[in-house]
Amino acid sequence: MSGAGGRAGSRAVAVKRLTTASLNGAGVLVALVTLFPIAWMVSTAFKPSQEIFSLTPHLTPRHPTLGNFSEVISGSVSGIGSVWLFFRNSIAVTLATVLLASVVSLLASVAVARFRFRFRASVLIMLLIVQMIPGQALIIALFLDFNRVGLLENLAGLIVVYAAQALPVSIWMLRNFVATVPKELEEAAAIDGASARTIFWRILFPLVMPGLVATSIFAFITAYNEFIVALTFLGQAHSAYTLPIYVTYFFGRGGAQWGPIMAASTMYTIPVMIFFLIVRRRLVGGLVAGAVKG
Amino acid sequence: MGKVAEFVWRRGLSQRRGPAVTAFVRRHRLAPYLLLAPALAGIAVVLLWPLAQVVVYSFQNYGLPQITGTEPTQWVGLGNFTTTFADSEFWLSLRITVLFAAVVVPLTLLAGTLVGLLLNRLGKKMSAFVSTAALLAWATPPVSASVLFYWLFSPDGGLVDWTLGKLPHWLVGSTDWAGFNWATSGALSAYTVLTILVIWQSFPFIAVSVLAGLKTVPAELYEAARVDGASAWRMFWKITYPLLKPIFLVLLLLSVIWDFNVFTQTYILTGFPGNRDEFNLSLYIYDKAFAGFPPNYSLGGALALIFTLILLVVTVGYVRASVRQGALT
Repeated sequence: MSGAGGRAGSRAVAVKRLTTASLNGAGVLVALVTLFPIAWMVSTAFKPSQEIFSLTPHLTPRHPTLGNFSEVISGSVSGIGSVWLFFRNSIAVTLATVLLASVVSLLASVAVARFRFRFRASVLIMLLIVQMIPGQALIIALFLDFNRVGLLENLAGLIVVYAAQALPVSIWMLRNFVATVPKELEEAAAIDGASARTIFWRILFPLVMPGLVATSIFAFITAYNEFIVALTFLGQAHSAYTLPIYVTYFFGRGGAQWGPIMAASTMYTIPVMIFFLIVRRRLVGGLVAGAVKG
Repeated sequence: MGKVAEFVWRRGLSQRRGPAVTAFVRRHRLAPYLLLAPALAGIAVVLLWPLAQVVVYSFQNYGLPQITGTEPTQWVGLGNFTTTFADSEFWLSLRITVLFAAVVVPLTLLAGTLVGLLLNRLGKKMSAFVSTAALLAWATPPVSASVLFYWLFSPDGGLVDWTLGKLPHWLVGSTDWAGFNWATSGALSAYTVLTILVIWQSFPFIAVSVLAGLKTVPAELYEAARVDGASAWRMFWKITYPLLKPIFLVLLLLSVIWDFNVFTQTYILTGFPGNRDEFNLSLYIYDKAFAGFPPNYSLGGALALIFTLILLVVTVGYVRASVRQGALT
């Protein structure tokens, strides 16, 4: 490029720089708007109460304090126990759900990905439809059934419901992963005399591991965030409360205890955020594969 | 489907169970059914059976006396449905639900698509930064997010009222914003907060899905269009939109289903059961079934059935869109 072309070139470069700068500006703006509420939650959790109700709020605490957290941990403000109790309940329910849903959906996904059988298409369509059944339609009959068999007000009842609710989507997601494992690998191993057990553990399992991570994340969200079932089932059984029901109870007590409430929600939120950041890459691919590609 | 692979799986499933069982499983080709059995059992017990029961309950008078057995369960025909359709609160909650979805779905799709397009144009580091921020909003549990937004919009020390009070009056209306109670000042103000909250929580999923779709569009198409002097607007509608149409369709249907179903956020932000004129359909059903005095499971069941039928229309669309994308292959 020379002469007049050079000038046009430098103008193009300038336009390009301007475009990049404004795109980056927009990106930063989106990120800040998105992060702001979370920052405000964490910041409130560290503020003493006179700062929380100050006439001029500040983004960061002037005199940061752990007082809100210690009140939440001692259980003095919520009146129903330490946050650790509800933490333990939530973790127990979540892990059990993830484990149960992963094993059951892996078996089912092998069936729909590796076999042709009579009701295969019906099963797949049924899975698509049941994942859309609104919680409100199920909760009433579930409540009455679980009341009869004595599964209300304890964590086992929640685990059963959450695992079953996670199944349709988990099977759909895993099915795609199982289907992408080349059958030739399994066949080659079979010809070499490997048993189905060996093929499962040594070939299929490692290759669908990313899929299992994705479905585990999905089951994790289902169980850790679930609200309406826990709210209905746990009733006044405070000691069985999961974190979301505890936070809601605490919030519903009134008294504008914003410091301790934000401390409790921070403790509820931060672990799931850390978890998401760790599994970030697989999450995006897996969820998109599950939700968009079907 | 590889015949050998299928054979290996069949053999494996019938192994170690004695020759009689092996032969039975093989002869009747039971392997896939055995693999599916636990999943189908779980889905049947927790999803299908309750749904069937709700249909039965909705034609009965099942309430507290029927649980304790002090009064018998009776068939009431369409009684629960006529009660529902005669209740003005039902129509109000239905209107709120439909209007809310009609506002939030397009706004979420718009915001998500714009951010998705932006992420696609950003450099690697910047894109990672923005999508991580979005991921954090999406990862925030609904209960945390709702309590947090209640606090942001709180009349007593909340940041939004304080900010609105500082802004010039010609910009934000001449009302005195200090101490304005968003949760209890009627459906419009409560659902304004809910709109912001739901968009904040759900645009990241749309953005990431759109981004994943954009990555599959061949760059040459845009290059060629750019050489021909096409504007960004034209390129979106002539290249991006047609290619991503299946993704947009699924995202649209999922958003409609989700935004029809908003319970957690409305429960917390309207201070359930405080403001009956702010109920959406979810809250109305929950109130009838569990919070009423006495709770009326049959009335709630009839409502749940109506709600499910409304969503079924959308679900059929979702299934058709998925099938058309070749999801069953």
